[in-house]
Amino acid sequence: MSAATASATTSLMSETAGHQHSVRLTGVARHVALFQARNVVRSRWILSYTAFFLLATEALLRFSGNRAGTILSLANIVLYVVPLVTLVVGSVYLYNAREFIELLLAQPVDRRRLFVGLYGGLTVPLALSICVGIGAPLVARGFASTNDGIMLLILLTVAVALTMSFSGIALTLALYCDDRLRGLTATIGVWLLGAVVYDAGILAVVAAFSDYPLERPMLVLTLLNPIDLARVAIMLQLDVSALMGYTGAVFQQFLGGGAGLVVALGCLSLWVAVPVALGAHKFSRKDF
Amino acid sequence: MIVARELCKQFGQTQVLRSLDMKIARGRVTAIVGPNGAGKTTLIKCVLGLTRPDAGELLFDGAPIRGQDAYRARIGYMPQIARFPDNLTGIEFLTLLRTIRGSLASDDRMVDDLALRTHLQQQLRVLSGGTKQKVNAVAAFMFNPELLILDEPTSGLDPLAAGVMKARIRSERAAGRTIIITSHILSEIDELADDIVYLTDGSVHFAGSVADLRHTTEQPTLERAIAALMTRSAT
Repeated sequence: MSAATASATTSLMSETAGHQHSVRLTGVARHVALFQARNVVRSRWILSYTAFFLLATEALLRFSGNRAGTILSLANIVLYVVPLVTLVVGSVYLYNAREFIELLLAQPVDRRRLFVGLYGGLTVPLALSICVGIGAPLVARGFASTNDGIMLLILLTVAVALTMSFSGIALTLALYCDDRLRGLTATIGVWLLGAVVYDAGILAVVAAFSDYPLERPMLVLTLLNPIDLARVAIMLQLDVSALMGYTGAVFQQFLGGGAGLVVALGCLSLWVAVPVALGAHKFSRKDF
Repeated sequence: MIVARELCKQFGQTQVLRSLDMKIARGRVTAIVGPNGAGKTTLIKCVLGLTRPDAGELLFDGAPIRGQDAYRARIGYMPQIARFPDNLTGIEFLTLLRTIRGSLASDDRMVDDLALRTHLQQQLRVLSGGTKQKVNAVAAFMFNPELLILDEPTSGLDPLAAGVMKARIRSERAAGRTIIITSHILSEIDELADDIVYLTDGSVHFAGSVADLRHTTEQPTLERAIAALMTRSAT
Protein backbone atom coordinates (compact mmCIF):
# COMPACT_ATOMS: atom_id res chain seq x y z
CA MET A 1 0.00 0.00 0.00
CA SER A 2 1.42 3.39 -0.93
CA ALA A 3 1.85 6.12 1.63
CA ALA A 4 -0.93 8.17 0.04
CA THR A 5 -3.48 5.37 0.27
CA ALA A 6 -2.38 4.63 3.80
CA SER A 7 -2.95 8.19 4.91
CA ALA A 8 -6.27 8.26 3.04
CA THR A 9 -7.33 5.12 4.87
CA THR A 10 -6.35 6.51 8.25
CA SER A 11 -8.17 9.78 7.60
CA LEU A 12 -11.22 7.81 6.53
CA MET A 13 -10.98 5.74 9.66
CA SER A 14 -10.60 8.75 11.90
CA GLU A 15 -13.58 10.29 10.13
CA THR A 16 -15.77 7.29 10.88
CA ALA A 17 -14.45 7.28 14.43
CA GLY A 18 -15.41 10.96 14.74
CA HIS A 19 -18.82 10.18 13.31
CA GLN A 20 -19.36 7.38 15.79
CA HIS A 21 -18.28 9.71 18.54
CA SER A 22 -20.88 12.33 17.64
CA VAL A 23 -23.59 9.68 17.34
CA ARG A 24 -22.64 8.46 20.77
CA LEU A 25 -22.83 11.95 22.22
CA THR A 26 -26.32 12.63 20.86
CA GLY A 27 -27.28 9.29 22.34
CA VAL A 28 -26.11 10.41 25.79
CA ALA A 29 -29.11 12.68 26.43
CA ARG A 30 -31.54 9.96 25.37
CA HIS A 31 -29.88 7.19 27.38
CA VAL A 32 -29.58 9.28 30.53
CA ALA A 33 -33.21 10.41 30.12
CA LEU A 34 -34.43 6.83 29.75
CA PHE A 35 -32.37 5.70 32.71
CA GLN A 36 -33.55 8.49 35.00
CA ALA A 37 -37.14 8.16 33.77
CA ARG A 38 -37.09 4.48 34.67
CA ASN A 39 -35.93 5.45 38.14
CA VAL A 40 -38.72 8.03 38.47
CA VAL A 41 -41.42 5.68 37.13
CA ARG A 42 -40.50 3.08 39.76
CA SER A 43 -40.72 5.59 42.60
CA ARG A 44 -43.71 5.78 44.88
CA TRP A 45 -44.31 9.49 44.58
CA ILE A 46 -44.96 9.36 40.82
CA LEU A 47 -47.59 6.68 41.47
CA SER A 48 -49.22 8.92 44.07
CA TYR A 49 -49.12 11.83 41.63
CA THR A 50 -50.89 9.78 38.94
CA ALA A 51 -53.37 8.40 41.48
CA PHE A 52 -54.11 11.93 42.68
CA PHE A 53 -55.15 13.06 39.19
CA LEU A 54 -57.09 9.86 38.56
CA LEU A 55 -59.06 10.26 41.79
CA ALA A 56 -59.62 13.99 41.34
CA THR A 57 -60.88 13.49 37.78
CA GLU A 58 -63.12 10.59 38.79
CA ALA A 59 -64.56 12.51 41.71
CA LEU A 60 -65.24 15.62 39.63
CA LEU A 61 -66.89 13.53 36.91
CA ARG A 62 -69.20 11.93 39.43
CA PHE A 63 -70.10 14.96 41.48
CA SER A 64 -70.18 17.81 38.97
CA GLY A 65 -73.09 17.69 36.57
CA ASN A 66 -71.71 19.07 33.33
CA ARG A 67 -68.61 18.41 31.33
CA ALA A 68 -67.45 22.00 31.07
CA GLY A 69 -67.67 22.26 34.84
CA THR A 70 -65.45 19.21 35.23
CA ILE A 71 -62.82 20.62 32.91
CA LEU A 72 -62.95 23.96 34.67
CA SER A 73 -62.45 22.45 38.12
CA LEU A 74 -59.66 20.24 36.79
CA ALA A 75 -58.02 23.29 35.26
CA ASN A 76 -58.02 25.04 38.63
CA ILE A 77 -56.42 22.00 40.26
CA VAL A 78 -53.80 21.75 37.51
CA LEU A 79 -52.90 25.43 37.76
CA TYR A 80 -52.07 25.15 41.47
CA VAL A 81 -50.87 21.58 41.88
CA VAL A 82 -48.70 21.07 38.79
CA PRO A 83 -46.33 24.02 39.40
CA LEU A 84 -46.02 23.26 43.12
CA VAL A 85 -45.37 19.53 42.78
CA THR A 86 -43.07 19.98 39.79
CA LEU A 87 -40.99 22.62 41.59
CA VAL A 88 -40.55 20.60 44.78
CA VAL A 89 -40.01 17.26 43.07
CA GLY A 90 -37.66 18.81 40.52
CA SER A 91 -35.32 20.35 43.05
CA VAL A 92 -35.28 17.23 45.24
CA TYR A 93 -34.57 15.17 42.10
CA LEU A 94 -31.48 17.21 41.36
CA TYR A 95 -30.18 17.22 44.94
CA ASN A 96 -30.63 13.44 45.22
CA ALA A 97 -28.81 12.89 41.94
CA ARG A 98 -25.85 15.09 42.94
CA GLU A 99 -23.29 12.30 43.52
CA PHE A 100 -24.63 10.34 40.60
CA ILE A 101 -24.23 13.38 38.34
CA GLU A 102 -20.59 13.58 39.45
CA LEU A 103 -20.14 9.97 38.43
CA LEU A 104 -21.71 10.63 35.03
CA LEU A 105 -19.62 13.76 34.53
CA ALA A 106 -16.51 11.63 35.01
CA GLN A 107 -17.55 9.76 31.83
CA PRO A 108 -16.76 11.10 28.37
CA VAL A 109 -20.01 13.06 28.06
CA ASP A 110 -20.91 16.57 27.00
CA ARG A 111 -22.35 18.50 29.91
CA ARG A 112 -25.21 20.13 28.02
CA ARG A 113 -26.40 16.78 26.70
CA LEU A 114 -26.23 15.34 30.17
CA PHE A 115 -28.38 18.21 31.42
CA VAL A 116 -30.95 17.64 28.67
CA GLY A 117 -30.99 13.96 29.65
CA LEU A 118 -31.58 14.79 33.31
CA TYR A 119 -34.32 17.25 32.35
CA GLY A 120 -36.04 14.72 30.10
CA GLY A 121 -35.79 11.98 32.72
CA LEU A 122 -37.80 14.17 35.08
CA THR A 123 -40.21 15.93 32.73
CA VAL A 124 -41.39 13.02 30.60
CA PRO A 125 -42.64 10.84 33.50
CA LEU A 126 -44.29 13.85 35.17
CA ALA A 127 -46.08 14.83 31.96
CA LEU A 128 -47.14 11.24 31.25
CA SER A 129 -48.43 10.95 34.78
CA ILE A 130 -50.77 13.92 34.27
CA CYS A 131 -51.90 12.77 30.82
CA VAL A 132 -52.78 9.33 32.17
CA GLY A 133 -54.33 10.65 35.39
CA ILE A 134 -56.58 13.19 33.70
CA GLY A 135 -56.82 11.78 30.20
CA ALA A 136 -57.73 8.17 30.95
CA PRO A 137 -60.99 8.75 32.88
CA LEU A 138 -62.12 11.45 30.46
CA VAL A 139 -61.32 9.49 27.32
CA ALA A 140 -63.04 6.44 28.84
CA ARG A 141 -66.19 8.54 29.11
CA GLY A 142 -66.03 9.61 25.51
CA PHE A 143 -64.68 13.14 25.99
CA ALA A 144 -62.29 12.78 23.10
CA SER A 145 -65.03 12.27 20.50
CA THR A 146 -67.19 15.25 21.47
CA ASN A 147 -66.74 19.01 21.32
CA ASP A 148 -65.16 18.76 24.75
CA GLY A 149 -62.29 16.86 23.14
CA ILE A 150 -60.66 20.12 22.13
CA MET A 151 -60.95 21.40 25.69
CA LEU A 152 -59.36 18.24 27.03
CA LEU A 153 -56.57 18.61 24.49
CA ILE A 154 -55.93 22.20 25.54
CA LEU A 155 -56.04 21.33 29.23
CA LEU A 156 -53.49 18.55 28.77
CA THR A 157 -51.30 20.73 26.51
CA VAL A 158 -51.26 23.45 29.13
CA ALA A 159 -50.56 20.94 31.94
CA VAL A 160 -47.63 19.50 29.98
CA ALA A 161 -46.33 22.98 29.17
CA LEU A 162 -46.49 23.94 32.86
CA THR A 163 -44.62 20.75 33.76
CA MET A 164 -41.93 21.44 31.15
CA SER A 165 -41.55 25.01 32.33
CA PHE A 166 -41.49 24.44 36.08
CA SER A 167 -39.20 21.41 35.95
CA GLY A 168 -36.71 23.60 34.09
CA ILE A 169 -37.13 26.35 36.69
CA ALA A 170 -36.70 23.80 39.52
CA LEU A 171 -33.52 22.28 38.08
CA THR A 172 -32.06 25.70 37.40
CA LEU A 173 -32.79 26.96 40.92
CA ALA A 174 -31.31 23.79 42.42
CA LEU A 175 -28.16 24.30 40.33
CA TYR A 176 -27.79 27.85 41.59
CA CYS A 177 -28.38 26.97 45.27
CA ASP A 178 -25.95 24.35 46.52
CA ASP A 179 -27.71 24.29 49.85
CA ARG A 180 -30.76 22.01 49.78
CA LEU A 181 -32.80 24.01 52.22
CA ARG A 182 -32.19 27.30 50.43
CA GLY A 183 -32.98 25.66 47.11
CA LEU A 184 -36.27 24.25 48.36
CA THR A 185 -37.19 27.55 49.94
CA ALA A 186 -36.45 29.30 46.65
CA THR A 187 -38.67 26.92 44.67
CA ILE A 188 -41.56 27.34 47.09
CA GLY A 189 -41.00 31.09 46.98
CA VAL A 190 -41.29 30.97 43.19
CA TRP A 191 -44.57 29.09 43.49
CA LEU A 192 -45.97 31.58 46.00
CA LEU A 193 -44.94 34.43 43.72
CA GLY A 194 -46.64 32.92 40.68
CA ALA A 195 -49.73 31.46 42.34
CA VAL A 196 -50.56 33.87 45.17
CA VAL A 197 -48.53 37.07 45.33
CA TYR A 198 -49.01 37.73 41.62
CA ASP A 199 -52.81 37.75 41.89
CA ALA A 200 -52.69 40.05 44.87
CA GLY A 201 -50.32 42.31 42.95
CA ILE A 202 -52.67 42.47 39.97
CA LEU A 203 -55.54 43.42 42.26
CA ALA A 204 -53.44 46.09 43.92
CA VAL A 205 -52.40 47.55 40.57
CA VAL A 206 -55.99 47.57 39.33
CA ALA A 207 -57.22 49.26 42.49
CA ALA A 208 -54.45 51.84 42.61
CA PHE A 209 -54.53 52.83 38.94
CA SER A 210 -58.23 52.41 38.23
CA ASP A 211 -58.37 55.83 36.54
CA TYR A 212 -55.84 54.88 33.90
CA PRO A 213 -56.11 52.58 30.88
CA LEU A 214 -54.49 49.39 32.14
CA GLU A 215 -55.02 46.99 29.25
CA ARG A 216 -51.56 47.08 27.78
CA PRO A 217 -49.63 46.94 31.08
CA MET A 218 -51.86 44.03 32.10
CA LEU A 219 -51.06 42.18 28.90
CA VAL A 220 -47.35 42.55 29.68
CA LEU A 221 -47.85 41.46 33.29
CA THR A 222 -49.57 38.27 32.16
CA LEU A 223 -46.61 37.35 30.00
CA LEU A 224 -44.42 37.51 33.10
CA ASN A 225 -46.24 34.67 34.85
CA PRO A 226 -46.44 31.19 33.31
CA ILE A 227 -49.26 30.18 35.64
CA ASP A 228 -51.37 33.13 34.52
CA LEU A 229 -50.55 32.40 30.88
CA ALA A 230 -51.72 28.83 31.40
CA ARG A 231 -54.91 30.04 33.07
CA VAL A 232 -55.65 32.48 30.26
CA ALA A 233 -55.04 29.79 27.62
CA ILE A 234 -57.59 27.48 29.25
CA MET A 235 -60.18 30.11 30.15
CA LEU A 236 -60.20 31.63 26.66
CA GLN A 237 -61.30 28.26 25.34
CA LEU A 238 -63.87 27.59 28.04
CA ASP A 239 -65.33 31.02 27.45
CA VAL A 240 -66.23 31.63 31.05
CA SER A 241 -65.69 35.35 31.38
CA ALA A 242 -66.48 35.38 35.08
CA LEU A 243 -63.42 33.25 35.76
CA MET A 244 -61.21 34.81 33.19
CA GLY A 245 -60.01 37.48 35.55
CA TYR A 246 -58.69 40.87 34.54
CA THR A 247 -55.78 39.62 32.46
CA GLY A 248 -57.91 37.02 30.69
CA ALA A 249 -60.47 39.64 29.78
CA VAL A 250 -57.72 41.83 28.35
CA PHE A 251 -56.45 38.91 26.27
CA GLN A 252 -59.95 38.24 25.02
CA GLN A 253 -60.50 41.87 24.14
CA PHE A 254 -57.19 42.45 22.41
CA LEU A 255 -56.52 39.17 20.70
CA GLY A 256 -59.77 37.21 20.68
CA GLY A 257 -60.03 33.50 21.47
CA GLY A 258 -57.90 31.94 18.73
CA ALA A 259 -55.07 34.47 18.55
CA GLY A 260 -55.08 34.75 22.34
CA LEU A 261 -54.51 31.02 22.66
CA VAL A 262 -51.65 31.10 20.16
CA VAL A 263 -49.98 34.03 21.93
CA ALA A 264 -50.46 32.43 25.37
CA LEU A 265 -49.02 29.08 24.26
CA GLY A 266 -46.19 30.83 22.42
CA CYS A 267 -45.23 32.74 25.55
CA LEU A 268 -45.51 29.54 27.61
CA SER A 269 -43.05 27.87 25.29
CA LEU A 270 -40.66 30.75 25.98
CA TRP A 271 -41.17 29.95 29.65
CA VAL A 272 -40.00 26.43 28.81
CA ALA A 273 -37.05 27.40 26.64
CA VAL A 274 -35.54 30.17 28.77
CA PRO A 275 -35.22 28.28 32.11
CA VAL A 276 -33.90 25.17 30.33
CA ALA A 277 -31.33 27.26 28.45
CA LEU A 278 -30.30 29.01 31.69
CA GLY A 279 -30.03 25.67 33.48
CA ALA A 280 -27.95 24.13 30.68
CA HIS A 281 -25.67 27.16 30.75
CA LYS A 282 -25.18 26.95 34.52
CA PHE A 283 -24.75 23.16 34.37
CA SER A 284 -22.06 23.43 31.70
CA ARG A 285 -19.86 25.69 33.82
CA LYS A 286 -20.66 24.57 37.35
CA ASP A 287 -18.09 23.08 39.73
CA PHE A 288 -19.22 19.75 41.12
CA MET B 1 0.64 11.30 32.03
CA ILE B 2 -0.73 14.30 33.93
CA VAL B 3 0.90 17.66 34.36
CA ALA B 4 -0.55 20.44 36.50
CA ARG B 5 0.93 23.91 36.21
CA GLU B 6 0.19 26.70 38.66
CA LEU B 7 -3.31 25.41 39.35
CA CYS B 8 -5.47 27.77 41.42
CA LYS B 9 -8.95 27.25 42.72
CA GLN B 10 -10.98 29.33 45.09
CA PHE B 11 -14.33 28.42 46.61
CA GLY B 12 -15.88 31.56 48.05
CA GLN B 13 -13.28 32.96 50.44
CA THR B 14 -11.20 29.78 50.70
CA GLN B 15 -8.24 29.29 48.45
CA VAL B 16 -8.27 25.50 47.98
CA LEU B 17 -5.48 25.14 45.42
CA ARG B 18 -2.61 27.60 45.52
CA SER B 19 -0.56 27.62 42.37
CA LEU B 20 -0.16 23.86 42.49
CA ASP B 21 2.44 22.14 40.30
CA MET B 22 2.42 18.39 39.92
CA LYS B 23 3.42 15.59 37.57
CA ILE B 24 1.95 12.11 37.56
CA ALA B 25 4.23 9.58 35.88
CA ARG B 26 2.83 7.03 33.46
CA GLY B 27 2.75 3.40 34.54
CA ARG B 28 3.18 4.12 38.24
CA VAL B 29 0.98 4.21 41.31
CA THR B 30 0.89 7.70 42.77
CA ALA B 31 -0.62 8.30 46.18
CA ILE B 32 -1.95 11.78 46.89
CA VAL B 33 -1.79 12.31 50.64
CA GLY B 34 -2.26 15.19 52.99
CA PRO B 35 -4.34 16.37 55.90
CA ASN B 36 -8.10 16.93 55.58
CA GLY B 37 -8.88 20.02 53.54
CA ALA B 38 -5.48 20.01 51.82
CA GLY B 39 -7.15 19.98 48.39
CA LYS B 40 -6.85 16.31 47.42
CA THR B 41 -10.44 15.90 46.27
CA THR B 42 -10.45 19.26 44.49
CA LEU B 43 -7.27 18.31 42.65
CA ILE B 44 -8.82 15.01 41.53
CA LYS B 45 -12.00 16.78 40.45
CA CYS B 46 -9.92 19.20 38.39
CA VAL B 47 -8.24 16.28 36.61
CA LEU B 48 -11.68 14.80 35.88
CA GLY B 49 -13.04 18.14 34.69
CA LEU B 50 -15.74 18.16 37.39
CA THR B 51 -14.27 21.35 38.77
CA ARG B 52 -12.69 24.02 36.61
CA PRO B 53 -9.55 25.67 37.94
CA ASP B 54 -9.56 29.48 38.14
CA ALA B 55 -6.05 29.67 36.75
CA GLY B 56 -3.31 27.36 35.61
CA GLU B 57 -3.16 24.50 33.20
CA LEU B 58 -3.82 20.78 33.32
CA LEU B 59 -2.41 18.51 30.64
CA PHE B 60 -3.53 14.95 30.02
CA ASP B 61 -0.99 13.16 27.87
CA GLY B 62 0.35 16.53 26.73
CA ALA B 63 -3.01 18.01 25.70
CA PRO B 64 -4.87 20.62 27.76
CA ILE B 65 -8.10 19.21 29.18
CA ARG B 66 -10.00 22.49 29.41
CA GLY B 67 -13.31 22.17 27.61
CA GLN B 68 -12.58 18.60 26.52
CA ASP B 69 -14.76 15.53 27.10
CA ALA B 70 -13.27 12.73 25.06
CA TYR B 71 -10.14 12.23 27.22
CA ARG B 72 -12.34 10.89 30.02
CA ALA B 73 -12.94 7.76 27.96
CA ARG B 74 -9.40 6.85 29.03
CA ILE B 75 -10.07 7.35 32.75
CA GLY B 76 -11.78 5.11 35.28
CA TYR B 77 -12.96 6.93 38.39
CA MET B 78 -14.05 5.53 41.71
CA PRO B 79 -15.47 8.27 43.95
CA GLN B 80 -15.32 8.19 47.70
CA ILE B 81 -19.08 8.10 48.25
CA ALA B 82 -21.38 5.89 46.25
CA ARG B 83 -24.91 7.14 45.68
CA PHE B 84 -27.05 5.85 42.87
CA PRO B 85 -30.63 6.32 41.71
CA ASP B 86 -32.63 4.26 44.21
CA ASN B 87 -34.95 2.26 42.05
CA LEU B 88 -32.54 0.85 39.50
CA THR B 89 -30.38 -2.23 39.58
CA GLY B 90 -26.61 -2.48 39.38
CA ILE B 91 -26.96 -4.16 35.99
CA GLU B 92 -28.98 -1.23 34.68
CA PHE B 93 -26.36 1.20 35.98
CA LEU B 94 -23.47 -0.68 34.36
CA THR B 95 -25.46 -0.93 31.12
CA LEU B 96 -25.97 2.85 31.13
CA LEU B 97 -22.21 3.38 31.48
CA ARG B 98 -21.57 0.92 28.67
CA THR B 99 -24.01 2.72 26.35
CA ILE B 100 -22.80 6.23 27.06
CA ARG B 101 -19.21 5.10 26.66
CA GLY B 102 -20.19 3.34 23.46
CA SER B 103 -18.13 0.39 24.61
CA LEU B 104 -19.43 -3.12 24.25
CA ALA B 105 -16.22 -4.70 25.44
CA SER B 106 -16.13 -4.61 29.18
CA ASP B 107 -14.12 -6.35 31.81
CA ASP B 108 -16.25 -7.72 34.62
CA ARG B 109 -13.59 -9.70 36.45
CA MET B 110 -14.29 -7.50 39.46
CA VAL B 111 -17.91 -8.71 39.55
CA ASP B 112 -16.78 -12.24 40.25
CA ASP B 113 -13.81 -11.26 42.39
CA LEU B 114 -16.11 -9.29 44.68
CA ALA B 115 -18.91 -11.91 44.49
CA LEU B 116 -21.30 -9.25 43.27
CA ARG B 117 -23.29 -11.07 40.63
CA THR B 118 -26.48 -11.62 42.64
CA HIS B 119 -26.32 -8.14 44.19
CA LEU B 120 -26.27 -6.56 40.74
CA GLN B 121 -29.79 -7.87 40.11
CA GLN B 122 -31.12 -6.03 43.15
CA GLN B 123 -32.27 -2.44 43.31
CA LEU B 124 -29.38 -0.22 44.33
CA ARG B 125 -31.42 1.21 47.21
CA VAL B 126 -31.31 -2.05 49.18
CA LEU B 127 -27.54 -2.48 48.92
CA SER B 128 -25.33 -1.64 51.89
CA GLY B 129 -22.83 1.19 51.66
CA GLY B 130 -19.95 -1.22 51.18
CA THR B 131 -21.75 -3.15 48.45
CA LYS B 132 -22.52 0.09 46.63
CA GLN B 133 -18.83 0.92 46.85
CA LYS B 134 -18.11 -2.44 45.18
CA VAL B 135 -20.46 -1.50 42.33
CA ASN B 136 -18.44 1.71 42.00
CA ALA B 137 -15.25 -0.32 41.87
CA VAL B 138 -16.63 -2.51 39.08
CA ALA B 139 -17.57 0.63 37.13
CA ALA B 140 -14.10 2.12 37.52
CA PHE B 141 -12.24 -0.97 36.28
CA MET B 142 -14.80 -2.05 33.69
CA PHE B 143 -13.39 -0.31 30.63
CA ASN B 144 -9.71 -1.11 31.16
CA PRO B 145 -8.81 2.58 31.37
CA GLU B 146 -5.26 3.85 30.96
CA LEU B 147 -5.63 5.97 34.07
CA LEU B 148 -7.42 4.91 37.23
CA ILE B 149 -8.39 7.51 39.80
CA LEU B 150 -9.39 5.87 43.05
CA ASP B 151 -10.56 8.13 45.87
CA GLU B 152 -10.18 6.19 49.14
CA PRO B 153 -10.64 2.89 47.30
CA THR B 154 -10.77 0.61 50.32
CA SER B 155 -12.78 2.77 52.71
CA GLY B 156 -16.05 1.06 53.54
CA LEU B 157 -14.93 -2.27 52.07
CA ASP B 158 -14.65 -5.41 54.16
CA PRO B 159 -11.10 -6.83 54.54
CA LEU B 160 -11.68 -9.46 51.88
CA ALA B 161 -12.91 -6.91 49.33
CA ALA B 162 -10.10 -4.53 50.30
CA GLY B 163 -7.67 -7.36 49.55
CA VAL B 164 -9.27 -7.93 46.13
CA MET B 165 -9.02 -4.21 45.44
CA LYS B 166 -5.34 -4.07 46.34
CA ALA B 167 -4.55 -7.16 44.27
CA ARG B 168 -6.34 -5.60 41.30
CA ILE B 169 -4.44 -2.33 41.70
CA ARG B 170 -1.18 -4.32 41.62
CA SER B 171 -2.18 -6.24 38.52
CA GLU B 172 -3.25 -3.05 36.74
CA ARG B 173 0.14 -1.55 37.61
CA ALA B 174 1.84 -4.65 36.21
CA ALA B 175 -0.19 -4.20 33.01
CA GLY B 176 1.31 -0.73 32.64
CA ARG B 177 -1.64 1.39 33.74
CA THR B 178 -1.30 4.64 35.63
CA ILE B 179 -3.05 4.80 38.98
CA ILE B 180 -3.79 7.68 41.31
CA ILE B 181 -5.06 6.85 44.78
CA THR B 182 -5.89 8.89 47.82
CA SER B 183 -5.93 7.21 51.17
CA HIS B 184 -5.49 7.86 54.84
CA ILE B 185 -4.34 4.31 55.46
CA LEU B 186 -0.57 4.61 55.39
CA SER B 187 0.14 0.89 55.42
CA GLU B 188 -1.92 0.62 52.27
CA ILE B 189 0.03 3.41 50.60
CA ASP B 190 3.24 1.72 51.67
CA GLU B 191 2.04 -1.49 50.05
CA LEU B 192 0.86 0.03 46.78
CA ALA B 193 2.42 3.37 45.97
CA ASP B 194 5.54 4.08 43.91
CA ASP B 195 5.30 7.85 44.23
CA ILE B 196 3.95 10.19 46.86
CA VAL B 197 2.48 13.63 46.34
CA TYR B 198 2.03 15.31 49.69
CA LEU B 199 -0.38 18.25 49.71
CA THR B 200 -0.81 20.87 52.38
CA ASP B 201 -2.89 23.99 52.10
CA GLY B 202 -3.45 23.58 48.39
CA SER B 203 0.10 23.16 47.20
CA VAL B 204 2.55 20.33 46.83
CA HIS B 205 4.80 20.03 49.86
CA PHE B 206 6.64 16.94 48.71
CA ALA B 207 6.64 14.94 45.50
CA GLY B 208 8.83 11.97 44.76
CA SER B 209 9.22 8.26 45.14
CA VAL B 210 8.58 6.48 48.41
CA ALA B 211 12.33 5.83 48.74
CA ASP B 212 13.05 9.55 48.22
CA LEU B 213 10.57 10.41 50.94
CA ARG B 214 12.22 8.05 53.44
CA HIS B 215 15.57 9.45 52.47
CA THR B 216 14.70 13.16 52.78
CA THR B 217 12.86 12.75 56.05
CA GLU B 218 15.50 10.30 57.36
CA GLN B 219 12.79 8.01 58.68
CA PRO B 220 12.80 4.21 58.37
CA THR B 221 9.09 3.68 57.60
CA LEU B 222 6.61 5.47 55.38
CA GLU B 223 4.35 6.03 58.35
CA ARG B 224 7.04 7.89 60.24
CA ALA B 225 8.14 9.74 57.13
CA ILE B 226 4.62 11.07 56.52
CA ALA B 227 4.24 11.93 60.17
CA ALA B 228 7.49 13.86 59.86
CA LEU B 229 6.13 15.70 56.82
CA MET B 230 2.96 16.56 58.68
CA THR B 231 4.72 18.00 61.69
CA ARG B 232 7.20 19.82 59.47
CA SER B 233 4.44 21.41 57.43
CA ALA B 234 2.45 22.29 60.53
CA THR B 235 5.27 24.34 62.02
